[in-house]
Amino acid sequence: MMGLFCALIARDLRLALRHGADTLGAVLFFILTGTLFPLALGPSPDLLRHMAPGIIWVCALLAALLPLDRLFGAELEDGSLDQLLLLGLPPSLVALAKITAHWLTTGVPLLVAAVPLAIMLGLPTSTLPILLAGLLLGSMVLSLIGGMGASIVLGARRGGVLLPLLVLPLITPALIFGAAAIDAARTGLPWAPDLELLGAFLAAAIPLCPLAAGAGLRAAVE
Amino acid sequence: MAESLSVFRGDRLVLDDVSLTLERGGALLLTGPNGAGKSTLLRVLAGLRRPDGGALLWDGEPITEDRTAHAARVAYLGHQDALKPSLTVRENLALFARAGGGDMDAALKAVDLLHLSTLPARLLSAGQKRRTALARVLLAQAPLWLLDEPSLGLDAAAVELLGEAIATHRAQGGLVVATTHVPLPLGEVSHLALPGMPDQSRGWWGADETDLTGDAA
Repeated sequence: MMGLFCALIARDLRLALRHGADTLGAVLFFILTGTLFPLALGPSPDLLRHMAPGIIWVCALLAALLPLDRLFGAELEDGSLDQLLLLGLPPSLVALAKITAHWLTTGVPLLVAAVPLAIMLGLPTSTLPILLAGLLLGSMVLSLIGGMGASIVLGARRGGVLLPLLVLPLITPALIFGAAAIDAARTGLPWAPDLELLGAFLAAAIPLCPLAAGAGLRAAVE
Repeated sequence: MAESLSVFRGDRLVLDDVSLTLERGGALLLTGPNGAGKSTLLRVLAGLRRPDGGALLWDGEPITEDRTAHAARVAYLGHQDALKPSLTVRENLALFARAGGGDMDAALKAVDLLHLSTLPARLLSAGQKRRTALARVLLAQAPLWLLDEPSLGLDAAAVELLGEAIATHRAQGGLVVATTHVPLPLGEVSHLALPGMPDQSRGWWGADETDLTGDAA
């Protein structure tokens, strides 16, 4: 069963590799929206440094949302979802495999791209590890909650519009703790509690979101 | 195997009180006008869709209890070929070969695709895509084949290959349920005709062995 789970992730990674433009799209969107802020707010280093955690987190959230509606949508449209559900894996594991692939193809590249963006916005390099640790946890949470939302709106008309409305409110705790941790680190306050709360959020999402997503997939093929 | 199934789509009753039984090595051909519920019945048999009434039994066990376990017993060929255009034939099938444990080369040979196996699926013709989807059915190594219009887009030679594959499967004790509008080389089959308007006439279990398809092939 574990082998099949990994084979499903490998298939998705191969697909992402063949559609390189789609995969890179989210990262380019992240960098582009991030660079719009200095242009819109003016080049004051103090202001940008102050706003950097929020900018990076909001941009990362929005960028990770982009590929979500194709995550299961493409599988449903060409009939692959039927075949995936008949693999003999529980639907929650099928969903978790797809969610893992989403994280590997969207979350990890966003982590890498966050470093140049943070430096550009003037975030002190001492806070970079906190930023990356927060984004590491946060991007996993986002893939899990986003995958759950994507499976729930699957088959709905205007699912693409519905998806952000469903996912963004659920993801706000991660945004709050993640941005607060960087702020705390920048001002010399203890940052560990914020990251621990983010970790707790992830710990709750790991078992619950795939279950809900699996039920959503079952309902979508009915 | 299935007892008085009924299924609603929206508020329309698609299948009303349909019953069918299949023995080892048996084949059942579903016929009926468009919209009679043939594909819906196949999806119910695959466990993809829950019947709104009635029971589905496999060796006396209800399959709706554990649909994941039932999935391992089923090879389903839907309307759509479910291929990713950017992956090659082999890559498209790799996951399913792993799941079912079938031999990739043997399956590709059975549908005469060995020479095209490294081609991306987007370059295949409609019939070649259908054959790739049939190879997936073979790879599943499942006892129950559910084929929705399996001959769609196939040329005469490929239909013959399909007939051979089905005959081999049945000889090994496999079960086949297929829907079709055109004659299929199935050999000895039972028929289940689904009425177009289930509100007016009841579904019936056709026990008469009028072997239309065998003659046509």
